[in-house]
Amino acid sequence: MTESSTVRFHAGDRVRVRTAYSIGHVRTPYYVRGKSGVIERVCGSFPNPEELAYARAGLPPLPLYRVRFLQRELWTDYAGHPADTLEAEIYQHWLQAEDAPR
Amino acid sequence: MSGNHDQDDTLTYYQAMESAVRELLIEKGVLTAGDVRRQVEAMDARGPQDGATLVARAWVDTAFKQRMLKDGSAAARELGLEIGPLKLIVVENTAEVHNVIVCTLCSCYPRMLLGLPPDWYKSRSYRSRAVREPRAVLAEFGTVIPADCQVRVHDSTADMRYLVLPRRPAGTERLSEAELAMLVTRDNMIGVSLVEI
Repeated sequence: MTESSTVRFHAGDRVRVRTAYSIGHVRTPYYVRGKSGVIERVCGSFPNPEELAYARAGLPPLPLYRVRFLQRELWTDYAGHPADTLEAEIYQHWLQAEDAPR
Repeated sequence: MSGNHDQDDTLTYYQAMESAVRELLIEKGVLTAGDVRRQVEAMDARGPQDGATLVARAWVDTAFKQRMLKDGSAAARELGLEIGPLKLIVVENTAEVHNVIVCTLCSCYPRMLLGLPPDWYKSRSYRSRAVREPRAVLAEFGTVIPADCQVRVHDSTADMRYLVLPRRPAGTERLSEAELAMLVTRDNMIGVSLVEI
């Protein structure tokens, strides 16, 4: 997966978080991996924390997104309201278009 | 209670590392013990007042509220608040959506606006349950969200920090901006409680 610094997604785009289990410092929680959501906003670009954690520069900066998920898609036994949502910040290299092949 | 309860606990790995690095920095003249103490004192002195200032202004000034929802950091700076490099997103509670903040990966928190996070915010229990059963967690704080109101959890997973703009309670029409700010608590701005009068 190339780590492009060009913004690929925009508010409203449907995306899927990659199902990957890389080692080291990662800021993509397990519970959103493989899950689909919608881009809520583009937060800007930031040095890659997976590199920063090991005292590397983390450059070029990566686009960071707020992704909105439906809770009932994150947790099969979710007991709250069906419209309840969760938002998390996900770096671009963890995202793919929802309709892209897995 | 054991016999030596006067004794501090054994240092953990990271506590020992912190002491070692701090002592080295002081020994090498990079900073002084006074610098460290002053910084700790400054962090300890911070409370939720600056966050409450933002909320009260947003309640009395709709144009400011719109700017704040668009760019939280710029709005805080507009009020002259010291926020350093903080990248702030403010999320608004309405009759349709109730917001609550958590950091599942560690304990990210808008310290510049709210001070140090409460211990429960850093607990494994809050961090794991707030994302999975937010309504049950909120109920344990005495906050029951109506079934027709969506609960939206914000997991602070990366570079942004979050502040909840709570709903202004009814019956506060005559209060001044300063009086309104005094109603707003830390927990209101994390989203685990509603503003009470």
